[in-house]
Amino acid sequence: MEERLRRTMMFVPGNNPGMIQDAHIYNCDSIMFDLEDSVSIAEKDGARMLVYHALKTIDHESKEVVVRINSLDTPVGREDLQAMVRANVDVIRLPKTEKAEDVVLCDQLIEAIEREIGREVGSTKMMAAIESALGVLNAREIASASKRLIGIALGAEDYVTDLKTNRSPEGIELLFARCMILQAARASGIACLDTVYSDVNNEEGLIAEVKLIKQLGFDGKSIINPRQIQPIVDIFTPTAKEIEKSLSIVEAIKEAQSKGSGVISLNGKMIDRPIVLRAQRVLALAKAAKILKAEEIDNVF
Amino acid sequence: MSFKSLENIPHLDMLEPFKGVFCDEYAVKELKTCHEREMSDNKIVGSLEEAIRLCGLKDGMTISFHHHFRNGDFVVNQVMNTIAGMGIKNLTLAASSLIDIHKPLIEHIKNGVVRRIETSGLRGELAEAISHGLMDVPVVFRSHGGRAAAIETGLVKIDVAFLGAPSCDPFGNANGYSRDNDKGVICGSMGYAKSDAQYAEKVIILTDNIVPFPNVPFGIPESDVDYIVETETIGDPNGIMSGATRFTKNPKELLIASLASEVIQATGLFRNGFSIQMGSGGASLATVRFLREKMLKEKIKASFALGGITGQMVALHEEGLIKKILDVQSFDLEAANSLKNNRFHQQISASYYASPNNDGSAVNQLDFVVLSALEVDVDFNVNVLTGSDGVIRGAIGGHSDTAAGASVSIITCPLTRGRLATIVDRVNTIVTPGKTIDIVVTDQGVAVNPLREDLRLALVSSGIEVCSIEHLRDKARKLCGESAPIRYTDKVVGISTYRDNSVIDLIYQVEEDV
Repeated sequence: MEERLRRTMMFVPGNNPGMIQDAHIYNCDSIMFDLEDSVSIAEKDGARMLVYHALKTIDHESKEVVVRINSLDTPVGREDLQAMVRANVDVIRLPKTEKAEDVVLCDQLIEAIEREIGREVGSTKMMAAIESALGVLNAREIASASKRLIGIALGAEDYVTDLKTNRSPEGIELLFARCMILQAARASGIACLDTVYSDVNNEEGLIAEVKLIKQLGFDGKSIINPRQIQPIVDIFTPTAKEIEKSLSIVEAIKEAQSKGSGVISLNGKMIDRPIVLRAQRVLALAKAAKILKAEEIDNVF
Repeated sequence: MSFKSLENIPHLDMLEPFKGVFCDEYAVKELKTCHEREMSDNKIVGSLEEAIRLCGLKDGMTISFHHHFRNGDFVVNQVMNTIAGMGIKNLTLAASSLIDIHKPLIEHIKNGVVRRIETSGLRGELAEAISHGLMDVPVVFRSHGGRAAAIETGLVKIDVAFLGAPSCDPFGNANGYSRDNDKGVICGSMGYAKSDAQYAEKVIILTDNIVPFPNVPFGIPESDVDYIVETETIGDPNGIMSGATRFTKNPKELLIASLASEVIQATGLFRNGFSIQMGSGGASLATVRFLREKMLKEKIKASFALGGITGQMVALHEEGLIKKILDVQSFDLEAANSLKNNRFHQQISASYYASPNNDGSAVNQLDFVVLSALEVDVDFNVNVLTGSDGVIRGAIGGHSDTAAGASVSIITCPLTRGRLATIVDRVNTIVTPGKTIDIVVTDQGVAVNPLREDLRLALVSSGIEVCSIEHLRDKARKLCGESAPIRYTDKVVGISTYRDNSVIDLIYQVEEDV
């Protein structure tokens, strides 16, 4: 399976028809309709209906569609799950995940619904948002609790409150959590997404934060406004030099394979597996940014 | 000096030798100084009423106004009140455009002072009332170029033009600003007033700022002016000029703008020396920003920008990215100040801007124009005049002129607005014929007019996904469903004319809700 890019996951309030209707026109990799914190208790049912019909009606093309449901400890959360699995959602995002059991429970509930409606068991994916100190410490177990999990994400607002601190521009208070969930995600072979950057008008601050999390190793970031997409995509888009190098690495492998040679070298340097994997990721990012055309990539794979 | 030899020069028998200073009865020596003449021989009259009387305004005549004061205009209402007070009736009001502030015209129409209206557009309560059948004679809508042509050819014969001016000297050199005697009211270009001044039988300048001769540069020369009336105020500066037009933060408009700039680049005509006109709408303004990045990156400079000018265009001009500006209307204070201060920012008339009758028409020199639309139909016809409820709520402006003149005309619009489809089977009112529209850019796809296969190929080869206009219509319909048809009566309330002043569509009275 080709690994999906998740550079940007855009939050869309589940109670806003205008924003729901337009979400798919933007260049984000994933759309996340929110039934949880952005919807007041009085509007929970309405938002659920709205998102259900949006999933059934609007063609989201190749974009991954995620829905953040309410906690499964509440009746609302269970109804959310029922509706969204039935609406053929790609991914259920579980909020405030604190332990592996939360994931297991959700997995089981989804399976029951899948069986009931005849949807392929396991086709509904999951991601878990970690938003507390307990969740961060349990990240390893959470990340490996279900085969449905495609990723874990950090939710910083609740987390810093739990830590009895607040968010700083440099984000030093998030460093431990970021590293922790990143190790957990990588150890389980799933994606890792960073928290939102809430100051929509501060593009410089956003860019600084995205550079940081990219260097740490994150796949991408949750966003709250379409205007945040392009700066993030730009940072995740490889440079011409990186692309050129990656192309020659992949070509060298191809040539070595055709010659039946076991050892691969390029310009006198040996190429080992991590180098190949990095090159492939660079090319996937270049393709997603439409710098490389699909056929150019197919030629080298 | 003897001129005997004159007779010997072939063909010069018609010429007469000079007979000496003061000998000829026609030679007159002017003894007054300029200042004395300013005091005694000026064109300033005591009151508006007196000026109207001197012009010989009578029942049934045609009067004209410009709309450079936009929603801050006091001139139209002030003049109409005076005319009504004088008991003159059955006038044709030929304005370059009318907007919200002109709602007192409703009363003048009801009282028979105004019988006919010619304009580029109508908005607000006046538009609402006319759509509901206020007038006996339909309003004639003309494009800016069409209006200029109608005036030049005599199709519209203006008897008296009432032209507000932020500065004017005692002999009538008038302008939309003053380089040395600014009084705080400034409108920049007077482009739409120039044709009126040139062709009207009589011209009255209304100003709150009489400045010493010579008021240079001037938009209107004294030779075109008959009378000057000094009034306390000609308009509200805040309504005449907004501050700097800001870039939109609306993500959908930004998306459309970004796509439009990609399209412009992909046409192959985006190269050094290109020319462009942009509307003042959110998406077209934002297109300027994205285009700027491309111009810097590709080291491309535009030769000129045309039309209604905004601060955004001025910024590019001052940055050296647009060499010259041809300004028929200054949209904001920054544009007006640039016209005042920048050497290569030139004021032009509506005729030179867009008249199909003018061989020099600048729209014909346009490579690109980026326009907006209320509706576009599957034949690429565009409506910018009537809303989804059938009520008049817009202006033709230079839409059909620039679409016809530009090598590439691009419409930017959202696929849907709220619950309304923008791409439809048939527009409510045809303003610009589809034949002259080349590319439609929406947030959900780009469609190219089948007449422009060259552009489609250029776009596709640059990696831009192009779909059919029918595909966009279907997409919009899927989201919005089918709208109930608008209910009209049989009465025609407006006539949409093309730039050659032929009738291209009719606007009917909307039926009252029961």
